[in-house]
Amino acid sequence: MAQVTNRLTPFFENITFDRDDNELILNFGPQHPSAHGQLRLMLHLQQEQIVKAHPDIGYLHRGMEKMAENMIYNEFMPTTDRMDYIASSSNNYGFALAVEKLIDVEVPRRAKVIRMMLLEINRLMSHLFWLATTALDIGAMTVFLFTFREREYLMDIIEGYCGARLTHAAIRIGGVPLDIQDSFIDQLRTFLNKLPANIKDYEDLLDTNRIWLMRMEEVGTISKEMALSWGCTGPMLRASGVAWDIRKEEPYELYDEVEFNVPWSDKGDNFARYRVYMEEMRESAKILYQTIDMYEQCVINGETELMAHSPRYISAPKIDIMTQNYSLMQHFVLVTQGMRPPVGEVYIPTESPKGELGFYINSQGGPYPYRLKLRAPSFWHTGILTDLLPGHYIPDVVSIIGTTNIVFGEVDR
Amino acid sequence: MRAYTPKDDVQAKSYYTDRYYVSPQVPKQEVESDAVFAADLATIKAKFEVKEAYIQVKQMVVYINANDIYGVLELMRDELEYTQLSEMSAIDWLAKDNTFEIFYQMLSMNKRKRIRIKYFINKGQAVDSVNELFRSADWSEREMFDMFGIVANGHPFMKRILMPYDWQGNPLLKTYPLEGDEFAAWYEVDKIYGKEARATIGPEIRDTARVDRYDSERFARLGYEVPKGTKITDDMEKTEQSYQEDGGVFLIKKFDKASSVIVDDPQR
Repeated sequence: MAQVTNRLTPFFENITFDRDDNELILNFGPQHPSAHGQLRLMLHLQQEQIVKAHPDIGYLHRGMEKMAENMIYNEFMPTTDRMDYIASSSNNYGFALAVEKLIDVEVPRRAKVIRMMLLEINRLMSHLFWLATTALDIGAMTVFLFTFREREYLMDIIEGYCGARLTHAAIRIGGVPLDIQDSFIDQLRTFLNKLPANIKDYEDLLDTNRIWLMRMEEVGTISKEMALSWGCTGPMLRASGVAWDIRKEEPYELYDEVEFNVPWSDKGDNFARYRVYMEEMRESAKILYQTIDMYEQCVINGETELMAHSPRYISAPKIDIMTQNYSLMQHFVLVTQGMRPPVGEVYIPTESPKGELGFYINSQGGPYPYRLKLRAPSFWHTGILTDLLPGHYIPDVVSIIGTTNIVFGEVDR
Repeated sequence: MRAYTPKDDVQAKSYYTDRYYVSPQVPKQEVESDAVFAADLATIKAKFEVKEAYIQVKQMVVYINANDIYGVLELMRDELEYTQLSEMSAIDWLAKDNTFEIFYQMLSMNKRKRIRIKYFINKGQAVDSVNELFRSADWSEREMFDMFGIVANGHPFMKRILMPYDWQGNPLLKTYPLEGDEFAAWYEVDKIYGKEARATIGPEIRDTARVDRYDSERFARLGYEVPKGTKITDDMEKTEQSYQEDGGVFLIKKFDKASSVIVDDPQR
């Protein structure tokens, strides 16, 4: 008998169960704790095996692209925080870099070093959070407690810098608003010195753990072709045999001056992704040590500028605004009317912790972007579940969602 | 003469633009200035018509015909090593000349190059799906359909992706207001209770700073607290405030209103 529908049961619940086969349709989410936010999966099951998966997204859709078209460029910066809210500085940075390329300004070196520090701290925060939630989904409570402890230290450092723990808005178009606080370097160094031992702790708990291996090895294998075709980037792509890291291949900021490796694997399964994440944490630590040296070199060289000098687009330093009439006027115009970038378009990709975070901006010379497209990596990492899940069993769904590292602020935007 | 502004464009607009303001341009370079791009363009030109091509911010932009898109992307994937479709979407130019501009952001990892393929379609015209070539187009084309109403021919599941399936209107069109249209404002009410319930339920309160001083359900008024749901009137007596428990705290005296002075004069 067909299901009785009424106004409260929307479109998809109206699937009728009057077929003769054994197929069961399971609604996974949108409130499932392991769905990492608002993911709804329609799973067609034969016994426990998935024959068809249909990810349904949009439960966190806030229309950020529409909002961007109705905001001046600087106004949009805090909104980008709400995309990948686990590592919000990387979103700030992606947007700032795209606008900087559009208006063609060069950021002072000291600001670049601070930005790199923030980016790598955010990468560590994101990877620690990933490990915590994935391990928790699989049942490893201890790892969750350990990684959250370390993440807390990093959040404290960030909080000392910008006052916020999650939504940082710590980067401006043209540089950074503030120099790092006095305790920043010491705190960071203390953290980094402890990090190898911490990572070893996680690995001791997981690497030879039978349950972990059973849930990770040979589960959720993504072939190289599939990863490329689905637009996978970041650790998802690197675990499938493509050693592609935008920091290395198309360097931005000072990534061409620092020494680091790009960990990759050709296995493509959950375990490969786990290993890539762990190794990336070590590489981030390596980069952070080097940025500390670079920062100290900046201090020695007396490079104090934090914002680019470009009167047409970027406000003067505060001391000038307070003392010079013309700087104050220019600041007033830039704040009330907004900067007007040149007519043209850019697509600028950056390597966020999740993958390629790209900002496409089409400017028609007005103070509002004519079109802004956010290329968020998690969008396609969710889409790939359509092709990845069939053939797996229900418990695998949890571990696969875990290792794809999707964040719904970014998927739905 | 005043500059023409389309009436149905409801996007935010600058409240002041200098009459003689001329926008600078992001510089464009000749394709010949980059050997890799020049070779790629020559390969595309050999088989397909290229309307315009230039390099902007280190990426090549190529304008082609709308019905060549599948062929061009196939050529780029199979012969030119552009193995990833990073992104694709549309730009609304309906107010200007009734067209949409579609762009495909391509990436070649071997060459470390990015190319943007673009073309224009008229309003109501469909595009060819490239889902067969790049699976990433599956969701991108659905998003484009959702946001602009542009149908991709040959797509296996051309349904909305971010908005609800029964949504009306395409949010990223310039004619769609930021706060939503009438359908959006009454969506939940219409769906759950029916249109006839609109008058009973009333419009959604969107002012986040709004405080109704007669509302005892959601707000407590300091000094005039009443039990939840009580009808508040204007002439209510002030509730007595107690600032300390009776037992008292060491070294701190109980606050006595009678013996304390409340200073009214701000100039004291």
